[in-house]
Amino acid sequence: MVPAADFRSYYGRPVVKPPVWKRDIPAYLFTGGLAAGSALLAAGAQFTGRPALRRTGRVSALGALAASTYFLINDLGRPERFHHMLRVAKPTSPMSTGTWILAGFGATAGPAALAEVAPLLPERGPLGLLRRALPPLGATAGIGAAALAPALATYTAVLLSDTATPSWRAAYPHLPVVFAGSALASGAGAGLIGTPVAQAGPARRMAVCGAALELYGAHQVESQGLLGEPYRQGRAGRLLRAGRALTAAGLAGAVLGRHSRVASALSGASLLAASVLTRFGIFEGGVASAKDPKYTVVPQRERLARRQAAADGS
Amino acid sequence: MAEAHPVGFQWVMEAKSRGATVIHVDPRYTRTSAVADMYVPVRAGADIAFLGGVINYILSNEKDFREYVLAYTNASTVLSEDFQDTEDLDGLFSGYDPEHGAYDQSSWMYAGREHEGRQAEQSGQERETAAGLRAESHGPPIGHDTEKDPTLAHPRCVYQVLKRHYARYTPEVVERLCGVPTSDFLRVCEAWTANSGRERTSALVYSVGWTQHSVGVQYIRAGAIIQLLLGNMGRPGGGVMALRGHASIQGSTDIPTLFNLLPGYLQMPHHRQHPTFDKWVDALRHPGQKGFWSDARAYAISLLKAYWGEAATADNDFGYGWLPRLTGDHGTYRQVLDMIDGKIKGYFLLGQNPAVGSAHGRAQRLGMANLDWLVVRDLFMTESATFWKDGPEIATGEIVTEQCGTEVFFLPAASHVEKEGTFTQTQRLLQWREKAVDPPGDCRSELWFMYHLGRRIRDRLASSTAPRDQAILRLTWDYRLHGERGDEPSAEDVLREINGYEVDTGTPLSSYTQMKADGSTAGGCWIYTGVYADGVNQAARRKPGGEQSWVAPEWGWAWPSNRRALYNRASADPDGKPWSERKKYVWWDPEAGSWTGHDVPDFEKGKDPSYRPDADATGVDAIAGDDPFIMQGDGKGWLYVPSGLIDGPLPTHYEPVESTVRNPLYTQQANPTRKVYDRSDNQLNPSPPQQHAEVFPYVFCTSRLTEHHTAGGMSRTLAYLSELQPHMFVEVSPALAAERGLEHLGWAHVVTARAAIEARVMITSRLRPLRIDDRIVHQIWLPYHWGGQGLVTGDSVNDLIGIALDPNVLIQESKVGTCDIRPGRRPTGVELLAYVEAYRKRAGMSGDRYASMLTKDEHDG
Amino acid sequence: MTDDLLDGLSDPARAAGWADAPPRVGFFTDTSVCIGCKACEVACKEWNAVPDDGFDLLGTSYDNTGGLSANSWRHVAFVEQPALPPVDPVSAPVDALAAAAEATPDFRWLMMSDVCKHCTHAGCLDVCPTGALFRTEFSTVVVQEDICNGCGYCIPACPYGVIDQRAGDGRAWKCTMCYDRLGDGLSPACATACPTESIQFGELSRLREKAERRVATLREQGVSRAHLYGADPDDGVGGDGAFFLLLDDPEVYGLPPDPVVGTRDLPAMWKRAGLAALAMAAAAVVSFAGGRR
Ligand SMILES: Nc1nc2c(c(=O)[nH]1)N[C@H]1C(S)=C(S)[C@@H](COP(=O)(O)OP(=O)(O)OC[C@H]3O[C@@H](n4cnc5c(=O)[nH]c(N)nc54)[C@H](O)[C@@H]3O)O[C@H]1N2
Ligand SMILES: Nc1nc2c(c(=O)[nH]1)N[C@H]1C(S)=C(S)[C@@H](COP(=O)(O)OP(=O)(O)OC[C@H]3O[C@@H](n4cnc5c(=O)[nH]c(N)nc54)[C@H](O)[C@@H]3O)O[C@H]1N2
Ligand code: SF4
Ligand code: SF4
Ligand code: SF4
Ligand code: SF4
Ligand code: SF4
Ligand SMILES: [Mo]
Repeated sequence: MVPAADFRSYYGRPVVKPPVWKRDIPAYLFTGGLAAGSALLAAGAQFTGRPALRRTGRVSALGALAASTYFLINDLGRPERFHHMLRVAKPTSPMSTGTWILAGFGATAGPAALAEVAPLLPERGPLGLLRRALPPLGATAGIGAAALAPALATYTAVLLSDTATPSWRAAYPHLPVVFAGSALASGAGAGLIGTPVAQAGPARRMAVCGAALELYGAHQVESQGLLGEPYRQGRAGRLLRAGRALTAAGLAGAVLGRHSRVASALSGASLLAASVLTRFGIFEGGVASAKDPKYTVVPQRERLARRQAAADGS
Repeated sequence: MAEAHPVGFQWVMEAKSRGATVIHVDPRYTRTSAVADMYVPVRAGADIAFLGGVINYILSNEKDFREYVLAYTNASTVLSEDFQDTEDLDGLFSGYDPEHGAYDQSSWMYAGREHEGRQAEQSGQERETAAGLRAESHGPPIGHDTEKDPTLAHPRCVYQVLKRHYARYTPEVVERLCGVPTSDFLRVCEAWTANSGRERTSALVYSVGWTQHSVGVQYIRAGAIIQLLLGNMGRPGGGVMALRGHASIQGSTDIPTLFNLLPGYLQMPHHRQHPTFDKWVDALRHPGQKGFWSDARAYAISLLKAYWGEAATADNDFGYGWLPRLTGDHGTYRQVLDMIDGKIKGYFLLGQNPAVGSAHGRAQRLGMANLDWLVVRDLFMTESATFWKDGPEIATGEIVTEQCGTEVFFLPAASHVEKEGTFTQTQRLLQWREKAVDPPGDCRSELWFMYHLGRRIRDRLASSTAPRDQAILRLTWDYRLHGERGDEPSAEDVLREINGYEVDTGTPLSSYTQMKADGSTAGGCWIYTGVYADGVNQAARRKPGGEQSWVAPEWGWAWPSNRRALYNRASADPDGKPWSERKKYVWWDPEAGSWTGHDVPDFEKGKDPSYRPDADATGVDAIAGDDPFIMQGDGKGWLYVPSGLIDGPLPTHYEPVESTVRNPLYTQQANPTRKVYDRSDNQLNPSPPQQHAEVFPYVFCTSRLTEHHTAGGMSRTLAYLSELQPHMFVEVSPALAAERGLEHLGWAHVVTARAAIEARVMITSRLRPLRIDDRIVHQIWLPYHWGGQGLVTGDSVNDLIGIALDPNVLIQESKVGTCDIRPGRRPTGVELLAYVEAYRKRAGMSGDRYASMLTKDEHDG
Repeated sequence: MTDDLLDGLSDPARAAGWADAPPRVGFFTDTSVCIGCKACEVACKEWNAVPDDGFDLLGTSYDNTGGLSANSWRHVAFVEQPALPPVDPVSAPVDALAAAAEATPDFRWLMMSDVCKHCTHAGCLDVCPTGALFRTEFSTVVVQEDICNGCGYCIPACPYGVIDQRAGDGRAWKCTMCYDRLGDGLSPACATACPTESIQFGELSRLREKAERRVATLREQGVSRAHLYGADPDDGVGGDGAFFLLLDDPEVYGLPPDPVVGTRDLPAMWKRAGLAALAMAAAAVVSFAGGRR
């Protein structure tokens, strides 16, 4: 029977278009966060004289940034036109803003990581000159990267929220918290893996802070009534639950395994994995909310009813 | 109308926005219903009962436009004493002759004219050549002494006969027969009558939902009766309009592609009835008769002069001997059956796809598979060009490619935008069409093909002295050639010839009244004379509406004589004054002593309304000043048709040939004069009172989708249209779906005695079961656009349909039939044949069982 | 900031920098006269050489297009609404059947030709990072196909689910309001093809007046649910350049009941992101402030 289109929807078809983004985008979210967290870790290590931690941070910041950029470009329908992003700077477009943040971050995280090769260079000759020039340059660049890192970690939350995707849009107060926490935790996770326990203390503390923010933020996102539902159900729900478990495990490992390099590395790995799962979970939750017209129509209807009630009341 | 004529439908919407009430009467809820003020579901094939009900409403409530009816119709004419109605004879009119399955029409005549009536044998013959209606436009001979009763009280006057005939079509009977609730029905009656009269007119627009029935002509007749009673004929905003199908269907009856007509509705000579030129011409003009057909000799001779030019002389009857003759039924269905029987060897298909579009698809394909040669000219490779390698009969083994002897020539055709010419639309308006682009590749116009085919044949025959070849060798075949290749005949030249000219000077004629019976004029179609007046292509005129009067006489050209509304004398009262200021159209100007108005008056310009002919006047002179229907023998609009129709002077309800319902009105079940071909490959499903009718318990109805065109050649080949309706489907009501276990979007198959076809199921409340005579009638609906070629393919509906025709015009009953519907796909290959055979067996159709024309009350068969 | 971002309420073209822009144009689609002929869908594809959208029988009444997409810039929705309450014609007694026919409003078949709304505040345009989407001098919203890099951001950003990525092509496509035709002084192809003037093209302010009158007429005729959708400049997108007369709730036709452009909340979003960023920086400081271990 030609289904009777009920009062709420047109044959159950989505009202808004689900994002066409592929898995590259959650991967890009994750790697961007990792780069940001790592850059912060590196900068702290730079200030507090922890060369191993600094090296880990700078290298993983650059590596993650490169991956992030790759994912971003790979997701484009016309990757060869990536540079069209640089035609304009548009304050209304979080992706435009983000592209410039990304570019700035690249311009700083790159030299900072490069500076880490200084000890490998010969002491004399023109390269010797470079060997001496790099560390101060790296220090300056590292500070620059750290300054941009919080923006790099959180603009992606705005990018998702500034859409008509119901569960992303509604979660705009909380997504930045999740993303900031996830960035810290993943950066810390990388630090725990790449640094001897002796220098890993701040990474451990950063892991605790990050995990706490991530768990708190995710909890907020999931508890927003009807629009939290897509994050609690289906694939998104599974991903986020697994993410939460791994975050908790990583947190415990970071605190309890502080004397063991292996335990530290394991907890670092689980924090990284948790961050990946969280990003995919948030992504999937949004997609699911766009696919079901309920999440578009019902909240909008309620909003209209509230407005009507307010108008009637006044 | 919204479905099949969406562009024309804009005017309905325009009228609606100006306050018109739109009522849609249709077996299913369509896009038209969606925007109508009122939708009335009706049982397919029951419209005569519905319209009869409206007539009854008008007459019993005296809602007719009495002055108009009295003056302009034959309401007051008194009928023969011998006439007996279907109401007296249980479904038959007087004179039925079972031997010929046709009527002796003597008793149908006006009193005193009985001797003019056709004999049963003659009217049986007329059925074979679809000749009945042709005579209607000429009209039967009318005497001056024909009795009339202006008080309309005479029990045998047309008005009283009409009243008695339709008295039984009460709202209750309409409800019982059509499934239309009384309240709905009365609303329709009220709206129609309220919008007719002096101040208002209603137009009746019909199309093939009304024509494709075994009583199709009588459907239209019933509509015409209503329009005459309400005074809606010959007046602005009134009329009975046939919405045409293909772009120039009107043109192809004016300059016919029909077997029984010559251009301008001159009948094709019959070898027995018209042995001589004079016999033929007299059959056209009826010597001594009133009306404009009296000049038919001039039209006929001008036509023959156009065909044969100098070779047509008075001495050789202007070449009459070269005209082909009819010997009987040469209709498209007879021909197909003759192909099956091996009687026809070669066939041209020019822009037609009968493998999908014509009833009994299997017969169409088997016929074509039994030819020596077949020429298909089309824009696309259609099913009619490929049946020999991929038609459904390949799967069943009935056609074996290697053994199929038909040599098929496919010749690509130029489309309408790739050639010049005219289209004639429903208002008889000719509009010239320029060529927009050259046809691609080998595609050529019809004109090119016919011209060069003729040229080559003439070259081949050049040395022949055989008399039969002279018909071809003597033809004028001299059109100018132009175009990029220099070999395209000039379509304007053809139009000039159609228009006609003085033989000596070549001067184009400006009116058919200039045609002469002495061979000094030539003209290819008398009604089109004037389209090339003054040597100007009048059909190419495109003056914008805003720059001329609202009748827009300078847009294109309408036949006859650029007249936009026919019989428009009727828009003025008998004295020649407009019936009302609001509906003023054509009127008599006493000062000027002539007819004038917004349109070209359809009347002799200087004939005073008070003019009365002498008793012995004939032809045009015999038309009185208040006889608006100038082609009719008595100058009147006919409520009752004494001659011309095969199946009766008044429309009366018969069931479709295949029906699930016993005729509630009479013992006679179906049209007793219908055209049938009783042969084992064309058995029809049993209907009550025959036994086993329950094997095919449902009614099916076929028609169009906006998204596709006819047999699909022009739409299933185009992605932008195919995607909009990508699959053959069948619409059923929720109740029927439940009854038969059909699932939305699942497969189902539909079975008749001819075939089983499959389709996806569309369950929709747009189809409603109807309560008919205390039982439920389920109707299913199928679009007929699918076939095996193109981007989207599917089974063809016409495979389901048998051949049963209207007796007057030989149109097939493809709007209604009976069937069974089952869930799931149909069997394939030989199993399909066995499956259908099993149904036939259960329906008792294994032997040679056919319903008799005359229904006996006992179970027959 | 919101006001800055959502500039040009009355005159988006001028706000976009067109100094002497012509008056804003748009569509008024009056669904009460739509006959579902889909001429608009076909005319659009013909004119704009849009590819076909596949041959799928959807079973959603006569709609086999499904919705607006990169390959369908006009979409005609079909909604079958059976008369209420349903009476089973098979089992019900005859008089109940008749009574039901009398008492209930007729079965309705709603048809509506949907299109890009050319929003005053267009989410798609706002978020486009390449500037491929731009505001034309006619105040319409158009993708430049030579600029779009297929980032896909505009797609979830549209509150109406209009713009879409074309598979195999990668770029985003939607109605251009026939920018090329407007430039030549022609009406859009769909409006030109529409036989019943369901699609009316013209100066937006005039269309809005006309539409108000049409609603009033329909209401007088007892079509109580007739209302305009997208005509209000105070709505969440600042009013649509293509607005509609609907006979039922918007969501019945697949339209959002109360769309709001994302940009409206953008300042608030950045504020929350800023707070989170600060928290992140603080967390970093705290992590290193805790001593040497
Ligand atoms: N889109 C499109 N347009 C077309 C065509 C096309 O194929 N596609 N074909 C063209 C051609 S060739 C023609 S002839 C015209 C035909 O134009 P129409 O006659 O309008 O077309 P149909 O859809 O065949 O039939 C019209 C309606 O008749 C109804 N009907 C069937 N039986 C009965 C009956 O007994 N009584 C009543 N009252 N209604 C009945 C059907 O349900 C259908 O809705 O359209 C032309 N226009
Ligand atoms: N069951 C059922 N059957 C029906 C009907 C129905 O309602 N129900 N309707 C009937 C009606 S009204 C009609 S008109 C018929 C139509 O039946 P057909 O006429 O057999 O079908 P069409 O598909 O219209 O075939 C016309 C062909 O002409 C080709 N063509 C177009 N232009 C040109 C040209 O300029 N030159 C040449 N040479 N070819 C050209 C097209 O490509 C197309 O293949 O179907 C009839 N059959
Ligand atoms: S196809 Fe031609 S004739 Fe048919 S509705 Fe369209 S414009 Fe009219
Ligand atoms: S409807 Fe969507 S695609 Fe169209 S202008 Fe508005 S936001 Fe952009
Ligand atoms: S997909 Fe193209 S049009 Fe859409 S936002 Fe990205 S660059 Fe702009
Ligand atoms: S305005 Fe042009 S591009 Fe937009 S839907 Fe209409 S025809 Fe297509
Ligand atoms: S062209 Fe007009 S009437 Fe036809 S479907 Fe489109 S909007 Fe409706
Ligand atoms: Mo037709």
